[in-house]
This record gives sequence, structure tokens and C-alpha cells, in this order.
Amino acid sequence: MSKLTPVLSAHWDEADSFTIAGYKRNGGYSAVAKALAMAPDELIQLVKDSGLRGRGGAGFPTGSKWGFIPQGDNKEHYFVVNADESEPGTCKDTPLMMANPHVLIEGVIIGSYAIRANYAFIYIRGEVTHVVRRVQQAIEDAYAAGLLGKNILGKGFDLELVLHVGAGAYICGEETALLDSLEGFRGQPRLRPPFPAIAGLYAKPTVVNNVESVASVPAIVNNGVAWFNAMGTEKSKGFTLYSLSGHVNNPGQFEAPLGITLRELLEISGGVRSGHKLKFWTPGGSSTPIFTDAHLDVPLDYEGVSAAGSMLGTKALQIFDETTCVVRAVLRWTEFYKHESCGKCTPCREGTWWLVQVLKDLEAGKGTEADLDKLLDLCDNIMGRSFCALADGAASPIISSLKYFRQEYLDHLSAGRCPFDPIASTLFATAGAK
Amino acid sequence: MSIQELGTEQAVELITCVIDGFEVTVPKGTLVIRAAEKLGIQIPRFCDHPLLAPAGACRQCLVDIEINGRAFPKPQASCTIPVENGMIVKTQLTSAVADKAQKGVMELLLINHPLDCPVCDKGGECPLQNQAMSSGRSESRFEGVKRTFEKPVAISSQVLLDRERCVLCARCTRFSEQIAGDPFITLNERGALQQVGIYEDEPFDSYYSGNTVQICPVGALTGTSYRFRARPFDLVSTNSACEHCASGCSMRTDVRRGKTLRRLAGEDADVNEEWNCDKGRWAFKYEVSKNRITVPMIRDASGQLQETSWPEALAAAASGLKNARAGVLVGGRATVEDAYGYSKFARVALGTNNIDFRARSHSSEELDFLASAPLNATYKDIDKADQVVLISFEPEDESPIVFLRIYKQTHKRAIKVTSIAPFASRGTQKLNAKLIKTATGNEVAAISTLSGLTAKSVILVGERATETTGALSAVIKLVNDSGAKLGWIPRRAGEKGAIAAGALPNLLPGNRPITDASARVDIATAWNIDSLPSEVGMSSTEIINSDLQAVLIGGVDPMDISSDAKVKLAKKFVVSLEIRQSDITDIASVVLPVAAVVEKSGSFMDWQGSARNFEAAVEQSLNRSDVRILSMLADEIGKPINLATVKSARNEFESIGNWDGSKNSMKPVAAASVINASGDEAVLNSWRNLLDKGSMQDGEDNLAGTARKSIVVISSARAKTLGVSENDLVRVSNEYGAITLPCSINDIEDSSVWLPRNSQSSQLIRNLGTVSNSIVKVAKA
Repeated sequence: MSKLTPVLSAHWDEADSFTIAGYKRNGGYSAVAKALAMAPDELIQLVKDSGLRGRGGAGFPTGSKWGFIPQGDNKEHYFVVNADESEPGTCKDTPLMMANPHVLIEGVIIGSYAIRANYAFIYIRGEVTHVVRRVQQAIEDAYAAGLLGKNILGKGFDLELVLHVGAGAYICGEETALLDSLEGFRGQPRLRPPFPAIAGLYAKPTVVNNVESVASVPAIVNNGVAWFNAMGTEKSKGFTLYSLSGHVNNPGQFEAPLGITLRELLEISGGVRSGHKLKFWTPGGSSTPIFTDAHLDVPLDYEGVSAAGSMLGTKALQIFDETTCVVRAVLRWTEFYKHESCGKCTPCREGTWWLVQVLKDLEAGKGTEADLDKLLDLCDNIMGRSFCALADGAASPIISSLKYFRQEYLDHLSAGRCPFDPIASTLFATAGAK
Repeated sequence: MSIQELGTEQAVELITCVIDGFEVTVPKGTLVIRAAEKLGIQIPRFCDHPLLAPAGACRQCLVDIEINGRAFPKPQASCTIPVENGMIVKTQLTSAVADKAQKGVMELLLINHPLDCPVCDKGGECPLQNQAMSSGRSESRFEGVKRTFEKPVAISSQVLLDRERCVLCARCTRFSEQIAGDPFITLNERGALQQVGIYEDEPFDSYYSGNTVQICPVGALTGTSYRFRARPFDLVSTNSACEHCASGCSMRTDVRRGKTLRRLAGEDADVNEEWNCDKGRWAFKYEVSKNRITVPMIRDASGQLQETSWPEALAAAASGLKNARAGVLVGGRATVEDAYGYSKFARVALGTNNIDFRARSHSSEELDFLASAPLNATYKDIDKADQVVLISFEPEDESPIVFLRIYKQTHKRAIKVTSIAPFASRGTQKLNAKLIKTATGNEVAAISTLSGLTAKSVILVGERATETTGALSAVIKLVNDSGAKLGWIPRRAGEKGAIAAGALPNLLPGNRPITDASARVDIATAWNIDSLPSEVGMSSTEIINSDLQAVLIGGVDPMDISSDAKVKLAKKFVVSLEIRQSDITDIASVVLPVAAVVEKSGSFMDWQGSARNFEAAVEQSLNRSDVRILSMLADEIGKPINLATVKSARNEFESIGNWDGSKNSMKPVAAASVINASGDEAVLNSWRNLLDKGSMQDGEDNLAGTARKSIVVISSARAKTLGVSENDLVRVSNEYGAITLPCSINDIEDSSVWLPRNSQSSQLIRNLGTVSNSIVKVAKA
């Protein structure tokens, strides 16, 4: 029996899954009616009890986040959805919004009601125009159906939902940079405290939640805490979307209980590219330390991955087989971080600039073993020294790749070039290509 | 928030923490980096600045922190974290992790920083250079390619940006936004390509831009005028005071081989904090300008000025002044000591009360006001004010540090500011002030509409209030009714001191009323003379218009008073004490050269009434303060004033002290009727922009490049009548002359028109013979 537990993705294969009619046919928007009949604090308690944790990477309990919003403060509250999915490898929110934008909207209504917000925003990555259009249409349809706007479902709750299209900066996935960007400024992380729950958007109490977290709420409201808790592990409850990409026969999103292992997921997804074997993989996107084939049985929940020395992150499982040069892969990621560094703080801005230069040399086989120590020392001066976590993400793949594949780096140096054939790692490479 | 700011609050909660093993107790809210300073522990930093909101951007100040046994997993930026009870901080001195973190950040800061210290203006006084030595490696491990930019880029005519040197600490952008309210520079782009930039072709148009150069912790921002001129270690620095306005900025004057090369803002928490305006910073070239007078001159029989010796010049001046009916025009720029010298000279050597420092519009109402008004407001009152009222006073143009102080409170506490003015100037808009739109001459009615003032309110009146009859009387009534604090803020640095020194026809030194017999006895005793003239003397205008035979003139531009002042003064025996050739030189019988501010010691009295002492910055110069020359001249006349040095003048003035007798209360003057303008007529209004044609800004073209454009402000109704739109040329004229400028359509009374008083192409006395409250014709040009 499959270990998959499709909830969010249950109807993605239906042709009209993205329409309001399709969503309603499968029971969509029933949770809203239920939620609006509850007291907001009951809803917050429900989500707390469910143990739902943020699906954007950090795993912070969603209910607690909602509970931090001061009530009775006579201030406007804001509910913001972080849909700025931009991490290399991470591809769950985008297909979710493409296939079923209404589950997100339903989650937004419930969340906004719970924290007493009358304005909500979806901050979406600017590059995914097709998804922007689809979500925009879904919002219009929800307005037309009386699910947004004044007096929703006649229950006296008002909510305006605005879709804001980002301008293409990875840093705007960091919640305070996202808020700056949403306010019309250049996205750079803000000093905390104050945290968004106290002074977020326009300095008002604000919740910022990931798409998947918000989209998970309607199912919890409909099916209850016990149902949700039946899935997952002790501290990581429920279902979630695992995104497999790279050298895997059947890549895509796989919705399963937290705690599933890569070995199980590979079985479901047809295994590593035929004729090849697993070399290394990321558990949660490019910013999480890499794993190897020794980690096939690590339970993919927050605690399990952490205990094994990485982070669950966004559950973006990028699979690399033995044709891949780890130095080259790490260099590509580092180039990404250099390009996306916002420039605010020194370790990230200057560190990524330098890391790329060092890695380029190493990939080309230039340098000595001492350069590896310099590289590690450099990572040590970047990791945990920056303003936000972007630089940590840049250092993680380097440190972990040196931990597991130091010899491969040395092989570059002794060969004076990269010992790999880059063509062989491509998906268009024919079998037997060297 | 800095310790110093917290210190002004009452009942501050104290926090005790441990830094590097030493206990320190500081007010709640103090940042770790500053608590460490209190112990003498210097944590390296770049973006941190005590007067700017924390940024946490440079990461140079990382330390290890533990609170009640719970350690932060990573080093924290000590510039962003306030101390807490039970906090244990380990800086680079006691934590290997913090030390390595700081060295790591320093190494990263340097990878893209050019090694051009030998030609960099900042070299030798550079926080990056210094901290690279204290917290950096001796050799770089970076072997890669540095980021390069075109250099330098002019972000205004006076500020140059070298993006390669920039460490992106955002001090300049934060200053511009948080302190000056001029967010015209910002950080653009991202990653290592992030850079300070201006918006398209909009330059860094701020009166305070020089502060960004001063607080830049590297050589990224440099002043155009100073770039490549000097090495800091060749400069001799002297603490000084600014001579440009009554704000009272503490300054530093840097001199190399007898030549002033730059001036910086000094630190004084009670006055200018650490800031000054661009005029104070960059306008000092007048002192070395080409038309400097260096030797005495006498007009010969043929009417030509001839250079001569000091004894001859003094003898000639004495013979013309001795036994003549004479007057003294001091001007608004004298130091307290010099003004005291003029005051004593008039009474003792000339036997007259015909002395007035006011080289601008003035009235007898103002004379009465200055002698009687309770001028008690200070900067600290602004800090605590519940509201601030500005009457005929544009702080950004007329006293820029007062502006910063009010802006700070509008930024911090959103205090209410009300301005009685013809239209909302840029400064008014920045203060988010409520404008009481006032037709020129109608200020009295506007003042009567003010309400809700309390003893915590501050009323600031500008020198232009005297231009509307009854306005100062209305201010006194408002103060009496409300109990609000009152400040009278003249533009020029010497005016407050001149009042205290008795350089007025109705006052003796120490604000003693001349009409009071015991006040005269006080002074006569101090001066060891039998008696003093008891009649109130003549004002500046009266002296000019009088049939007095002789007049002694300090730093006065007759065109500041009236268009015909020069002609009228030319009929008298004029003795001029001046630093440069001027209109007065043209008509003077005797010219005596005096020292410029940087060449002499002395003091100015700021608008609060506090003395701002300074020493001579340029040694071996013409260090002859006016008072020394007046003393020699009095000796020559045979009625010595015995003030041979600035120090003796200061000592004598201070020993006289302030009048503790009763003051006359002000005799209220009724408002005059408002001038009616109809058709193409308008009532003229004006003030001086901060940067304009003022003679002390001569010779500094880079500074002049940031002066605001001269414009005529008219109402939209008038624009419609004239058929002009924004920036179209408009001609303002009267029987005296005409000015043609682009117009700016603003919310101003239809009957009013505004022009800058002394700017490029708009010098009102020269061009129109009047500055305000008179009828002009306005037409499409």
C-alpha cells in the first residue's frame, strides 16, 4: 500500500481542479463556513492543538504564530502569505497554487478570521506569471462567490485579499524582507525585534505564513485534530508535500506523512535514474546541508533530519546520481546565493562574492589542499555571522560537501581539472555517455 | 537610544550586566556596544552610530551573549541588542568566537575595498584603516578579483561618491532619512553591487549633506572642495564655533600652514549634537578671498584710498571721530567681545548711545521687544515641547540646527508644529507642520488665532517678525496668555551677543536699560567714568538718515539695510573696520583691517543665550579682533576703553554680569492695516535661503551648486490670471526695478508674492529696493 496521503494534492489530476467549481465539488470552502461559526480564539487553539508547523522551512508552530498577535489592541492586523517560492529545488507552492489556488484562499480566509485581520496579501514570486494569473482569477472568483469582500457568507466578517507580485528577489522570501517589499521598499531583512507579530506590515501586527501551511488549515478544520495527528511523527504532525527532482525517474510532488524516508519516496517515485546510483541529495532545498546514500533511512521530519545534521527545510529533495560533480553542483548553488544576496550585511555580500571565486578555481582544479581549509574557514566566518539566514544557506552546501566529499575536491586538484563529464549528468545524456 | 538621550528622561530604570567580567550599570535601553564603551571596552564597528537607529548591517561588532545562563547560539551584533539584567557579554577580549567573528568580518570587508589609502582623503583618520589594524589580519587571503566601479561619482556639486571604498554601512542614507529628512540618497542594487545612489538625475539636494561625509567610516563620501587637498596628520585642529548663524554649532577648524582647509561639525549634545549645515561646513573661503584688506587705508585729498601705517590711520580716524556727533553701526556678525568693545567705545570714546547692531529690517517695536521680552527657550525645551510654533521663521533656511532639533521630535514623537508663513516651504513640509497661511503683513491676526499653547510649548520667532508692525507685541501677548517658552532667533551669529553687550541704543551691557539711572551707575562704576549718556540713542536707520557727522562701521553691508544707505553714509566721516573690500570701503575715510573668525578668538552667543567660545585657528595671521583696534582708537581719541585683548574684554564683560533690576514691560504696538493689493499688484514677501548670495559664502562654488533655485511663488489664481504655468517666467517689479524668475505655483494667498531675499538673480534690496510688505507688480515675462 502506498504511503502517500494526498490531501492538498488529492484532486490535482482532475482537469478542473483549479476552478472554484472543481474545488467546491470536492468539498472546498466547507471549512470556511465551519470556521466562521467558531470563535477566532477557538480556531487558533485548534491549529495549535493540531501541531501544524510552518511548511516554509523553519517549522515554527503555525498556531503559536497566530497566537502572538495581540488582540483588542485597536490596530489593523494583516495576514500575509509568503508565496515567494524561489529556493533552488523547492517546487511545492507553485504547483499547489497552479493546481488548486482555492485551498490557499480558503486557508487565508480562515487564518485572517482567526487573527482578526480584514486585509490579507499573497506575496507571489514574480517570475511565475502563469501562476499569478491563475491565483488572480481564483481571487476574482472567490469575490464573486461572496467568499471575499464584505460580510463573507453572511457571517459579518470582511476580508480584502490582495495579490502582490514580487520583482524577483530570493531575499523577499525572508519574511521581513517580504514585508519591506510589500510596502514598496527594496526588499532587505528588517532588524528583529520587533517581530512581525508586533510590528509587521506598516508596523501593524502581522502573520506571515507559507502557502502550504495556510493551505493545510482547511483540512484540519474539516477533519479535526485527531485526524491530522494520526499522520506524522511525535513532534512533526500531519502530511506534507515532498518535491523530488533531479536524477529520479518520476520527479514531482509526493504528499506523505512527515517522517517518511527517502528510501520510501524513491520507491514511490520509480527510483534513481535507471542505471545509476544515488550520490548525494538535499533534504530541504539548496540551503540545507546535503545528505548522501548513507541517509536513505533518515526520517524526513523536523527532528529526524536535524539529528542527522541537516534541516527539513522545504522538503525539496534534489537527487544527484554518481555522474554529478559535487564541486560543480555546489558552485552553481553558491553562484545563486551570490546573485541573490541583498547586500545588507558584510558576511553574505562579501562572503558569497569570495566563495564563488574560490569554488570556481577548485572546480577548475586550481589550488592546493590548503585552499580547502581556507574555504572551510571562510564558511565559518560567514555561517551564523550574517543578518539573516541567507548566508547560512550559502555556506551549508559547501561545508557539508566538504564533509562527505573532501576527496572529490582533492581529485580536482590532483587532476588539474574537473574529473567529471558534465554531459553525463544531464537528463538528456544517453545511456553510456561518459 | 543613546545614554545621553536617556539621561534627559526622569526616573530611568537601571540595568546591570557583565561585560568581559566587569559589572556595568546603565539605563534601560542602552545598547551592549555602548555599555561596553562605558567600561572603556571598544568593540569595533562601522554602521553603528549613537544618533542613528541601529542597522546591524556591517556585523563588525559581533560579541558572545548569554542571558541568565542561556547563551545565544551565534555571536550577536552588539549595536542592536539592549542590555538586560543578568546578561553576560564576552567581547573580542574574552571570547575566541567573538574575536574570530570580528576578524572574519574585517577580512570580508577588505576583500572588495581598494588599497588606495595613500591617496584617500580618509587615510590617517579612517575607522576602516584603524580597525583593520586592531581587528584585521596582517595579510590578506583574498587572491581573487575585486569589484570595481567608476570613481568618483558626483552625487551633488559638493559631495563625491567613491563606490569602491564604500562598506555599505548605510550611515549616510540613515542620516539623510532620519536626521535631515532628506532621503535623496539610498542604497541601490544588491549583493556586492549594492551601492549608494541618487534618484536618476536628482542630486543630493540637502542642506545637511556634509554630515554624511563626516560620518562616512571610510573614504567613500568626500567633499569636492577638500578632496585630495590634505592629509589629516598635516592638519592642526582647533575647536571653534560657527560664525554663520545663531544656531550655535560647535565646530572644528582644520588648518595647514596658515590656511583653513576644512571645517567639521563639533560635538555638543546640548546644541548641535554632532551635526552642522553645509554653510557652516563649507563656507569659509571668504576669509582668504581676493579682496581681503590687509593694511590700513586713508582716503587722500583726491578721494583715493591709500595704504598707510597703523599710527597714521588711527590718528586720522581719531581726528574724525573726536568731538564729532557720531554713531556706531556694529553689524550682526561681531563676537560678544567685539560687540562689547563697540558698545563701550560708543559710550566712552564717543559719548553717545547712537549704536545699533541691526543691519537688516528693524523697528522701534523690536528695540522695545529685545529689551523686555522673556527669551527663555532652549534646545532642551524643544526636546520636551508639546508643540512648537514658528512665527516669521523658517528654521531650515534661517537656523538649520534648530530645524534638525524640531525635526528630531517630529520624527520621534510626532509633535505638533505650526508655522505662520506665506506658504508651506520645504522645511515646513518636512516638519509636517500645520501652516497658518498668512498674507504678508497679516501676521498679527494669524498669531491671534493660535490656541492650545501650554507652558511646555515653544514659540520661536524670527527676525523678520519686526517687518510687520504689531507682530512682536502680539507674540508677547501670546506668551503672557499661554505661559509658553519664547525664543527669538536672529539669523546672524552676532546678534544675541550684541544685545547682551549693549550694542543697542536702549541697552547697556548685561541687558541694562539705558533709561534706568542705577543701571547707568552700574556701568559707569565698572568702566570707571563719571557718567554715561542717558538718552536713548539712534537706531541704524536713524543713524544713516541723521545729520551725524561721523560713523564707525563694523561688518555691515549697507544693502542689508536699505538701497540708499550707502549714499547717505557717504556724506559722513566713515571709519570702517572690515576684513574685505565692501560697499563701505568705497565710502570710508579710514579703513582698518580686522581679523576673520578663524584668525581670532572670541565667542558668539547662540539663540539660547549661551556663549560659544572659540580660539584662533590660524596662527600668525592678522589676529586683530575688532576690540583691540577699538581700544587703540579710543586711546588715540584720549578716552581709553582699556580692552587691549579679547580676553580682557571677555573678563570685563563677564564681571559686569546681567541686570538683576526690573525690566520695563513692552509697550504694545497695535497692528497696522494690511496693505491691499489688487489686479496685477501683490504684496511682497521674502526670506533668505540658507545658501544664497551672502557675502560669507563667497568663493565656494561647490556649495553654491546646491543652493535652491530662485523662484517666484504665486498662487494658482494669479497664475491663471497671468496665463502662466509652473516654471514660466514671471516679472516682479516696482518703480525701483524688476526681477524676472521662473514661477512656482503654490498655496499662497492670492494677494502675496514670494521671492528669495538675496539669491542668484533675486537680490531684493538691490533689485527692488525693498524686501517685504510693499506693493509690487507681477506680470508674465
